[in-house]
Amino acid sequence: MTQGAAIALRVRGLRKTYRDVVAVDHLDLEVQAGECFGLLGPNGAGKTTTIEVCEGLVEPDAGEVELLGRRWGAHSRELRERLGIQLQETQLADKLTVEETLALFRSFYRSGLGVEGVIALVQLGEKRSARVGQLSGGQKQRLAMGCALVGDPELLFLDEPTTGLDPQARRQLWDLIENLKAGGRTIVLTTHYMDEAERLCDRVAIMDHGRIIALDTPRALIASLGVEHMVEFATGEGGPVDVQALSQLEGVRSVRAENGFYQLQVERLHQAMPALLGELERRGLPLTELRTHSATLEDVFVSLTGRHLRDE
Amino acid sequence: MSLSRLPDAISATNEPRSRAGSSLVQLTLVRYREFLREPEAVFWTFVFPILLAAGLGVAFRSQPAAIMRVGVPRETAGAEELARAVRSDPRLTVDLVDGNAALRRLRSGRILVIAEPDGRGGVVYHYDDTNPEARTARLMVDDAVQRAAGRPNPVPVRTVPVNEPGSRYIDFLIPGLLGMNLMGSGMWGVGFPIVDARRKKLLKRLVAAPMSRAEYLLSFLLSRLTFLLLEVMAVVGFGYWVFGVPVRGSLGMLALISLLSSLAFAAMGLLVASRVQTIEAVSGLMNFVMLPMWIFSGVFFSAERFPEVIQPFVQALPLTAAVDALRARMLEGSPPAELAGELGIVAVWLAASFVLALKIFRWR
Ligand SMILES: Nc1ncnc2c1ncn2[C@@H]1O[C@H](COP(=O)(O)OP(=O)(O)OP(=O)(O)O)[C@@H](O)[C@H]1O
Ligand SMILES: [Mg+2]
Repeated sequence: MTQGAAIALRVRGLRKTYRDVVAVDHLDLEVQAGECFGLLGPNGAGKTTTIEVCEGLVEPDAGEVELLGRRWGAHSRELRERLGIQLQETQLADKLTVEETLALFRSFYRSGLGVEGVIALVQLGEKRSARVGQLSGGQKQRLAMGCALVGDPELLFLDEPTTGLDPQARRQLWDLIENLKAGGRTIVLTTHYMDEAERLCDRVAIMDHGRIIALDTPRALIASLGVEHMVEFATGEGGPVDVQALSQLEGVRSVRAENGFYQLQVERLHQAMPALLGELERRGLPLTELRTHSATLEDVFVSLTGRHLRDE
Repeated sequence: MSLSRLPDAISATNEPRSRAGSSLVQLTLVRYREFLREPEAVFWTFVFPILLAAGLGVAFRSQPAAIMRVGVPRETAGAEELARAVRSDPRLTVDLVDGNAALRRLRSGRILVIAEPDGRGGVVYHYDDTNPEARTARLMVDDAVQRAAGRPNPVPVRTVPVNEPGSRYIDFLIPGLLGMNLMGSGMWGVGFPIVDARRKKLLKRLVAAPMSRAEYLLSFLLSRLTFLLLEVMAVVGFGYWVFGVPVRGSLGMLALISLLSSLAFAAMGLLVASRVQTIEAVSGLMNFVMLPMWIFSGVFFSAERFPEVIQPFVQALPLTAAVDALRARMLEGSPPAELAGELGIVAVWLAASFVLALKIFRWR
C-alpha cells in the first residue's frame, strides 16, 4: 500500500467529448501513492469527467489510464476491489438504514473493513438504524464516504465530497479525510472550494475548460503569484480612481478594476496600505469598503483565467 | 469528537466477508426491505386484487330466478280469468290494474308484459321485444295461458338445475385477476426499482463497486419468487375460501404456470426499464405495454369475444396465454399437455424479453 514514490494513478493524453462539448482535452496526470491530490476548477471544468474515466465508469475517446499498475479491461474486477469511489450525485436507497446500506456495500468486497468499524469511522453511530431518507446532507455525504471505504481501498476517489454542506459538516468531513490521509491511502478529490484544496491536498491541479492550467502544491501555486496579499477596496460615490497611479504605489504589484471595485495584488502589505490610504486622502476620495486577505488558490485561478471559481 | 484513534479502527477491523454477508443474500434482502417498507406497493400487490375480486364477486353473484311481473287491464272482459291462468305459474305474478296504469308500469319497466283479452277468446301481448327478459316473460305467460286452455305437452320433460362452482362469473374472474396481478407486480416490481436506481445514479454507484451484475438481476428474480408465492396464495386462497372457486388439478402445475408467467412479466419489466432514465417515462411505457393486455387478454370477459381478425394478436399476448392456462387448469383441471401451446407462448415472451433486455441494458 505504501510503496514509497510508486505511482498510484497515471493518466496520459486523456480526451473526452460529448457531441460538440470538449469535456476533457488532452489531459496528463500523475498521482503518487499516499498522496492527496486535488482537482480544482469551476463548474463544467471537466473534473467529474476526468475522475469518472479514471474510475472506469466513462469510456474516454482517447488516452490511457493506469491505476495501481493496472488497467481497466483485463483487471477490472481486481481494480474494483482496490478502489473506493464516491460519485458526485449518487442518492443511496432512502428506505434502507445506514447499517443495511453499509452491509450491502461491504458484501461486494472479498475483504474490507467491518461495518461497525466504518460506522465509527464516519461517526454515524447514533444514526445506525435511521433510514437514509431521514439523514441530513452532511450525514448522507459521510455515509457515501463510508460506502467508499468499506472495501478498505488503496485508492480513493471523492467527487465534491463537501459541496452543498454547511461549514460545520464540511469541517467534519475534512477531519475524516485527513484521517484517511494519515492512514496512508491515496486520495484523489475534486472540489471548487479553494480553502478545501489548500487545506487537504498535497498537490492541486487547477482545471479549466477540460485542461490543467496549473499543477503544484498549494503553497507553490500561491507563491507563483509573487504576491502575498490581496487588497480590495471601493470608493462608492467618490468617482473613479486612476489605476495607473495605484499601480505606482509602493509595494503594489498590479491592479484590477471590476465594477467599482479595485483589487491590488500586494507584495508588502505594511508599505502598500499607508501608501494607498495616503493616495486616497490626497485625492479626497472616501473609502466605503476595504478588505485584505492573504493570497489563495482562488487568486491563482483569477490571475490565470480572469474569472472566479464560483459565480457568487 | 476525538478522531485521533480512528486510524486504528481501520486496520483493526479488516476482515473477510462472512457467508451471511454474501452479496446475493444482501441484494435480495434489499429487495424485500424496499418492497415491505413501501406500504403502497404492498397494497397494490396483495390487497387491491382481493378487494377487486370481492367487489366483482358480490356484484355478479348468481341469483335465484326472479319473479316476473305481468300486467292485466282490470276493465277488460275476461280479465279475472286471464289473471288466474297466468298465476298458475308460480314464477309469474299479476298486477290487475286499469289499462293506463298498466301501460305506465310497462314503460317504466316495473312490469315486463301486458296480457290483455281481445274479447273474442284470444289474448294480446304488449312487451318490448328487444328486452330479453321481457321476451322470456312473454313466453312464460303464453305457456301458462295455453296450458290453462288445455294444451297438452306431447314430449315429457324434466329439468336438472346446475349451479356448480366453476361456471359462475367469480370462477371465471379469479384466474383472470391472478394473471393480471402477476403481470402488474412482475413488470412494476422489476421495472420501477431499476429505473429509480438509475435515476438516482445508484445503479452507477453499484457498478462502481465490485458488485456482480448477474447477482443484482438475480436478486430481483429471487425476491419475485417469494412474492409470487404470496400473491398466488392470497388471490387463489381468497377465491377458494370466500367464494368456493375450485382449484382442480395439482397445485404443482398451478405453481408452474404462475412461475413461468411471473418470470415472463419480470423479463418484460426488465426490458421496459432497460434504458429509461425517469419515472415518468417508465410509467408511460409500462402502461403502453400493459394496456393492450388489460383490454384484450380476457381478464374480465372472454378474449374470444373480439373479432376474428384480431384473434392472432389477442392470442399472442402473454397475458392471454397466462390467463387461459390458469383458467383451464383451475376450472377444468386440463392436463399439462393441453396447456403446451399457452405455456409455449409465455416461454417465448420470457426468453425474447430477457435476451433483448440484457443486450440493451444500461447500467448508468
Ligand atoms: N453525459 C454528458 N452529456 C453531455 N455533456 C456532458 C455530460 N457530462 C458532462 N458533460 C459536459 O462536459 C463538461 C464537463 O463536465 P463535468 O461534469 O466533467 O464538469 P465538472 O468539472 O465536474 O463540473 P461541476 O463542478 O459542475 O461538477 C460540461 O460542459 C458538461 O456539460
Ligand atoms: Mg463534477
